[in-house]
Amino acid sequence: MADPAAKSNRSANTMKKIDNLEMIGISKSFQDVMANTDVNISIGEGEILGLLGENGAGKTTLMNILYGLYQPDSGTIQINGKDISIKSPGDSRRYGIGMVHQHFMLIPNHSVAENIALGYEMTPLLFPQRKIRDSIITYSKKFNFDIDPSRSVWQLSAGEQQRVEIIKALINGADLLILDEPTSVLTSQETQDLFQNLREMKAQGHLIILISHKLDEILELCDRVTVLQKGRIVGEAQTTDVDKKSLARMMIGREIIFQIEKEPMERSDKVITIDNVMVKNDKDLAAVKGISFSIFRNEIFGIAGVSGNGQRELVEAITGLRTVESGRIFIDGNDITNESVRCIYNSGIAHVPEERIRFGIAPGLRLYENAILKQHHKAKYSNKLFLAYSKIKEHAQKLLSDFNVLAPSINVQTKNLSGGNIQKLILGREISDGPSLLVASHPTYGLDVGATEYLRKQLLKRRREGGAVLLVSEDLEEIFELCDRIAVMFQGEFMGILNSDDLRLKDIGLMMAGSLRL
Amino acid sequence: MEDIIISVAQRTLVAGTPLLLGTIGEVICERSGILNLGVEGVMSVGAVTAFIITFVTGNPWFGLVAAIVAASLISVIHAFASITLQASQVVSGLALTMLGLGISGLVGKPYIGKPLTIKMQNWAIPVLSDIPIVGPILFDHSPFFYMAIVLAALAWFTLEYTRLGITIRSAGENPMATETQGINVYRVRYWCVVIGGAFSGMAGAHLSTSYSKSWIEGMTAGRGWIVIALTIFALWNPMRAIIGAFLFGGIFVIQYLLQPLGISPNFLAMLPYISTLFVLFIGALRDSRKMNAPAMLAEPYRRGER
Amino acid sequence: MLKLKVTDRIDVLPRHSLLSLVFSLTAGLLAISVIFLVSGVNPLYAIFKIFSGSFGSLYGLKETVTKAIPLILIGGGLAVAFRAKFWNIGAESQLLMGAIFGTWVGLNWGPHLPWPIVVPLMFLAGFVGGAIWGLIPAILKIKFSINEVISTLMLNYICNEFVKILIVGPWRGKTKHGFPYTDDLPLSATLSVLPGSRIHYATLIVAVVTVILLGIAIYKTRFGYEVRVIGENPDAARYSGIDFFKTTLIIMVISGGMAGLAGVGEAAGIHHYLSYPESISSGYGYTAIIVAWLAKLNPLYVILSALFFAGILVGGDAIQISLGLPAATVQVFNGTLLVFLIMGDFFLKNRVTLQWDLKRN
Repeated sequence: MADPAAKSNRSANTMKKIDNLEMIGISKSFQDVMANTDVNISIGEGEILGLLGENGAGKTTLMNILYGLYQPDSGTIQINGKDISIKSPGDSRRYGIGMVHQHFMLIPNHSVAENIALGYEMTPLLFPQRKIRDSIITYSKKFNFDIDPSRSVWQLSAGEQQRVEIIKALINGADLLILDEPTSVLTSQETQDLFQNLREMKAQGHLIILISHKLDEILELCDRVTVLQKGRIVGEAQTTDVDKKSLARMMIGREIIFQIEKEPMERSDKVITIDNVMVKNDKDLAAVKGISFSIFRNEIFGIAGVSGNGQRELVEAITGLRTVESGRIFIDGNDITNESVRCIYNSGIAHVPEERIRFGIAPGLRLYENAILKQHHKAKYSNKLFLAYSKIKEHAQKLLSDFNVLAPSINVQTKNLSGGNIQKLILGREISDGPSLLVASHPTYGLDVGATEYLRKQLLKRRREGGAVLLVSEDLEEIFELCDRIAVMFQGEFMGILNSDDLRLKDIGLMMAGSLRL
Repeated sequence: MEDIIISVAQRTLVAGTPLLLGTIGEVICERSGILNLGVEGVMSVGAVTAFIITFVTGNPWFGLVAAIVAASLISVIHAFASITLQASQVVSGLALTMLGLGISGLVGKPYIGKPLTIKMQNWAIPVLSDIPIVGPILFDHSPFFYMAIVLAALAWFTLEYTRLGITIRSAGENPMATETQGINVYRVRYWCVVIGGAFSGMAGAHLSTSYSKSWIEGMTAGRGWIVIALTIFALWNPMRAIIGAFLFGGIFVIQYLLQPLGISPNFLAMLPYISTLFVLFIGALRDSRKMNAPAMLAEPYRRGER
Repeated sequence: MLKLKVTDRIDVLPRHSLLSLVFSLTAGLLAISVIFLVSGVNPLYAIFKIFSGSFGSLYGLKETVTKAIPLILIGGGLAVAFRAKFWNIGAESQLLMGAIFGTWVGLNWGPHLPWPIVVPLMFLAGFVGGAIWGLIPAILKIKFSINEVISTLMLNYICNEFVKILIVGPWRGKTKHGFPYTDDLPLSATLSVLPGSRIHYATLIVAVVTVILLGIAIYKTRFGYEVRVIGENPDAARYSGIDFFKTTLIIMVISGGMAGLAGVGEAAGIHHYLSYPESISSGYGYTAIIVAWLAKLNPLYVILSALFFAGILVGGDAIQISLGLPAATVQVFNGTLLVFLIMGDFFLKNRVTLQWDLKRN
């Protein structure tokens, strides 16, 4: 457990606990896969350290070890030169470490005050909601946050939720603040505000570790950067000594990031028409407020925007998973509004879903069984009664080779594949039937560079072959790289639809924040 | 006429008491994220333990304490299976029901048909119990009744307005986030399952040492399952559970009231179960149910490592 | 410091399954021994008695097969329902509904028609009865999201009383001197048995054939595929366009219907009239839950696990007589074994290793 020195510090929240921190020789494996191998990092007072690496490089694992969520297989952690042992998040917080996770660790149905009271050591036993109200307001004023402690978290925007997370860490006396990909849910204006706050904290002597795979952010905010690749440290530098190019080389181990060729194409027939569609979310509030657009053959239509602005509901309405309250949807001239999922699939709309493990596969079934998840009813794989397993296995084998899915065989349980390979399997399955429209939600989210590049090429191939693609993504780089037209979604409405060569795209950040409408 | 009203009302409250006790326990358990379908079996264990200890020692309070201990202990099985082993909570709960009913039948065999000479005495509250009509209805009951009401209020207050309550509710809403706040979710859930079991044990003790003063195999008669339905009906709120439990108490009493009218006793015996389905049906028509159910109820949670 | 490390097991081999089964049964029997010991019964003697009573003699074997018949039918149906994570706890009353429907056909049509017509009609009626009773919770779950565990249990209690209403009321037999039984089924409406036993072989054949068909259905057909996808991941099932309502209805027609068949077997093969629900069924609907679980929800294995638990039922009867133990002993047996089967599943899904923690502390 925590040593007594740390415990005595507990009472005095203002007392400083960390001047410098080191992780030495950290190794961690998950099921024989090394997530971290002999990693050393260090950070000193008033410093912002960037932890750079592509998805799957082991950054989050390393920080989860520091935060006490995982136990390392070997290695030590030192604060102010003394060995410490962190067995749980409780320990790390006593030592003055706080973490803002990429997926917020908040309870949506609880109020802000209840969320903060949960782990706060000074929370009184009775009437905690009322009694810690003032401390929350004090902290939020300090950083110009405007947060009402009695509101439920689900009512807050992503940016506001992040502020709650930061207050939660600070109120617990965090000297060292870890932020995991904090900008992924923020608009560009919100990002600037966050960076401003972080600089202020640094000035007050806080230590900050920023996990990111975005080179610009690292260069803009951090003093030093440590680069991880496949769980190992491959580079360290002062940010003043490096540029984007050299950092990219360190991160990926080769020169170029992405150079995908998008050949210009004439768009042809109209594939899908969305006409003034309104959709409600799970809380029964309007999530999509009367959106209209069309997508044509040989076209990739992108929807940019911060998550939670109705993208998910729109996609679910198009694919039949959610009821359309009003408006109509036509595919190839046929009205498919509120038809069944199967009927919509049969009319030519394929779907790569947002949470791939949750929706896209049945994890305990074998790979070949998942290869026909949406097509099993089709004549080529079954008659009225029986499945044609020989044909199904043939198809699965073909998917493996055509879409570069790495798996020991088609007989493995699908949950044992890596995220990238599961996504290739899903994409392959959805494309293989040659759908008129492919709806892809965040197709490369959380994947490594190789898989990302491969999947993006496949989307372009689909476009070349005459398919229409609806791409929903938070990744602007991806949107710019692939799309012919780009719509920006904010609070259930389109702030504008732009061609990919439109100069006004430079203002996309304003549009994402809802302050510019074209 | 006045006598009939008083007697019906009083018996309604008596019949509702074990349902209320059980429901409070299940609410606490489910708020922490664990569905315990074993209430029927745990209640039965409580009933047989309370009976035997009361029979042997002649003191129903010893019986009550023993029932609470025995019921808590057997609930640990469900806690271990569903928390530590992350097993299906439905199957584990069913196993607990079978085991509880079986053990109570095995242990209680020698005591079947033996009447209890001493029972939990009623507490007539001075002054209050002298109020006409209201007095005898509300203030002349066994200690179980007062305990149930007080514990319901206490449980409600704890869940809503204390730090402990926030911790329990958080464990049921988002165990992962709760763990990152330095809280041991396993420990919270273990305690909630055990406390839930203790409440079922009290309910069982009420049945065998106050309500009927005897032990018969299967004397819980589905009350454990009604408790689970009442938990949903009460929208996981112990105060609302009071209303639900006494509503059902009334249904148990109505059986005896209608019997002289020539209605088939077997049909009347169906009433509580039909009402349960009806109550769930009404509940389904309200949207609020989705909002109130603990978000991670019955979802196995595996700590830390992926 | 020695510590336990738990990791996902990547591939489950047949020998792992066998090992976890052996572990579960052994540990279960040990735990039961403790319970016996505490209750003042010599566990070795009791357990010996149970298995010698059921498998140790020709008479015992015949009884074991007789009791396995309803367990095979119900367990097979439950295996399908549980696979789709539909927790049908109502097989007990689905069995009773089958018995009611079958008895009605037997009593009313039996006197006028020959057995080759009456018997199939009785089975058909029983299937329909069980299926109807099974459809209610399915509709309640899909259309009103009412928890099926509670609804099926409530239907058990309701059906119990319904049977009693019938046998003390309109269906009370004229030849039964006021006892609450229906009249005997006519000869053309009873099932013949193997000589010297109570094995009503017609039901046994129906049972074995249906579970084999179900085994094929689960692993080879479109329907079985949809059932498995629903059970593995309901969200993916929705995403892939599987019709929940239709599939769940079919599942419960099968599950309830098979319990109904078992009810016809008990009424027409064993009792020859309808009487108190406890004597018609003796808890087959609940025991079958564990039968299905022990069979790992594979309808084909259900035959073996049904024989095993039928043996415990028969052996339970034997120790009731010779040791004066109550009927609840069997429930202790079943409950304990189920607890340990669940624990065995944990070791099947996870790899648990002991290792020395070399870190300083």
